[in-house]
Amino acid sequence: MNDTQLNEKVKEDQVNPVPDVPTLIIQSTRGWASLDLGAVWRYRELLYFLVWRDVKVRYKQTVLGVLWIILQPVVSMVVFSLLFGQLLKVPSDGVPYPVFAYTALLPWNYFAGSLTRSSGSLVSNPQLITKVYFPRLIIPLSGLFSNLVDFGVAFVVLIGLMFFYGIQITSAIVVLPFLILLAMLTALGFGLWLAALNVRYRDVGYLVPFLIQVWMYATPVIYGSTLIPERFRFLLALNPMTVVVEGFRWSLLGQTAPASQTSIWILILSLIMVAVVLITGLIFFRRTERTFADII
Amino acid sequence: MSNIALRVDNLSKLYHIGASLQHYATLRDVLAGWLTKPLRRTRPDRASKNGRQPDTIWALKDVSFEIRPGEVVGIIGRNGAGKSTLLKILSQITEPTYGRAEIFGRVSSLLEVGTGFHPELTGRENIYLNGAILGMRRAEINRKFDEIVAFAEIEKFLDTPVKHYSSGMYVRLAFAVAAHLEPDILIVDEVLAVGDAAFQKKCLGKMGDVATEGRTVLFVSHNMGAIRSLCERSILLMDGQLEIDGPTQAIVNAYLLSVTTMKGDKGEIHWAGGEEAPGCDEVRLSSIHLISHTGKVQNTFQLDKSIVVEVTYIVHKPLRGMRIVLKLKTEEGVIAFASTDHNQQPAELQPGRYMSTVTVPGGILNRNKYYIHLSVDIPGVKVLIPGTEYLSLTCIGESAHGSNFPENWPGVFALRLEWSFERLDSMD
Repeated sequence: MNDTQLNEKVKEDQVNPVPDVPTLIIQSTRGWASLDLGAVWRYRELLYFLVWRDVKVRYKQTVLGVLWIILQPVVSMVVFSLLFGQLLKVPSDGVPYPVFAYTALLPWNYFAGSLTRSSGSLVSNPQLITKVYFPRLIIPLSGLFSNLVDFGVAFVVLIGLMFFYGIQITSAIVVLPFLILLAMLTALGFGLWLAALNVRYRDVGYLVPFLIQVWMYATPVIYGSTLIPERFRFLLALNPMTVVVEGFRWSLLGQTAPASQTSIWILILSLIMVAVVLITGLIFFRRTERTFADII
Repeated sequence: MSNIALRVDNLSKLYHIGASLQHYATLRDVLAGWLTKPLRRTRPDRASKNGRQPDTIWALKDVSFEIRPGEVVGIIGRNGAGKSTLLKILSQITEPTYGRAEIFGRVSSLLEVGTGFHPELTGRENIYLNGAILGMRRAEINRKFDEIVAFAEIEKFLDTPVKHYSSGMYVRLAFAVAAHLEPDILIVDEVLAVGDAAFQKKCLGKMGDVATEGRTVLFVSHNMGAIRSLCERSILLMDGQLEIDGPTQAIVNAYLLSVTTMKGDKGEIHWAGGEEAPGCDEVRLSSIHLISHTGKVQNTFQLDKSIVVEVTYIVHKPLRGMRIVLKLKTEEGVIAFASTDHNQQPAELQPGRYMSTVTVPGGILNRNKYYIHLSVDIPGVKVLIPGTEYLSLTCIGESAHGSNFPENWPGVFALRLEWSFERLDSMD
């Protein structure tokens, strides 16, 4: 059949229910799978429903319900304030320590929660993987979005705290969405790697809580990055969460810290870091995706 | 217009047994594997020559067929014949090792009812969630919502969390959502095996409607009755290969014939233990015996004499609330009866070797072939050994049904019932 004939056939299809060319070809993928992010977009309604399910179900059958969202960061803040603010006198760059810590805990908890959810998302939903087809990327993605709800609730508490301590919101707040996005992408990048690895190696399930704990101390959550000697500060660039956490403080508390030459470099290096992890994570996820159903 | 809805060409799938039996590896195993790798011969063909189990298995091998639009095709075969693998490949859940399939039109798969149902969500919420998972758009669900609810007969409980549903309601709702998919090609796995008889009938009716609407349907079932009533054409798979393809009646007969030549046909089956024996880390079967009233192991029994089924198994870890479930099935896959030792089992079973025995009294079964189907589970908690047909038995002899005329007598059972006879009146 030549091309013109083929075109005619395709035209016919608009009236005819049975297409002449296959709408779907199934065969083994060799080499590099395309990322096919378009498929994720086509399934956005499913993403929406999964996020909605997560949100709806999360605090069901708990006495405190939504209060848990607030309780976690607030209790951490109180403990940190007593321990690091009062006892150890960790410098908080001129801001009351509770706000200083809470502002950092907010994006950190979001990141930690998202990473935990996305890395465990595949193994906790085996029936979605073995019984039905849709782009698997949707599963780790849904955790990122559902955690935004928790983030939003905890953010309201921050506004209350800022009001209490009389901290003015400045125009720097406009960078906040960008920082949230950065936290999401960081969680997604690492989450994709860990979720895909988790399908084969359940060690990941034990690794993640430990990893998050260590990572928190490597991130300026309970201390400020000014505490680290200038010559070692480039190390912070390896951790994109530094930019997120310090950025949060900067944009909300109006600190002047990150305007130096070093901080620009840290920002750029962090962005490169996130891009590398995210892109390799996507590729790795897509490459291993086809074996999920066989080994989960 | 194309006269093909689905074309399958040399579709094959190789499974690594290590990966499929052992559901996950730990990093430690992998590291240990790397260290010892140079010392082992890992080529699968070598391994099998050495008398060990081969490391790989072709779950599907060079399967080719074509289906025309509007055809309703049954896929039959024993457990492990490759039916589910075929459906999983066609549903894009897993990839073939080689070969290809071409699908012409919108395809939907139904390999399980209620995928993604969340117990905490209400019926209404689960309809939307499950619909989205099955690939329906929200607008489409909105449009069919009332129909789905009516089909499932759950109007009153629409806003109750499904965890409070009876299992029947749950299944009805789950099937109702799936039944309202409107693809060009529908792929259905053994989903009718759930729910009560009335609902199964309703589902079959719905499936029949789908078939008459001109949709192409690929239908897997162990229920030969359902296959016969729905499919004009069937495909028989055996050991991953396409055995025959043709009119359903012929294929069903061929299937029934193939089932009779199964292994373990001498009234007993033994396992050496280890990974080979059916089971899991907690419990493994060790043997099954069929014993006649004279105490002999055999597979042919007199109708009027009892049959003893003896199951031995090894418990490796303490188990609470375990039970053995025996189902006696006919050749057509109908469950003649099911019975369990649950009430005899102690609350907690300590590690050790055990035997459960049951006696099927004489004067119940018909002149027929039956299959011993066993499963082990903790009800409501988990399935320890999934149900499988292990042995067959044939009943012969003077039938209890009330006649000695040599004929095939219908029915799953031939009960010895009391008839009375009397003359009421003389006509003269």
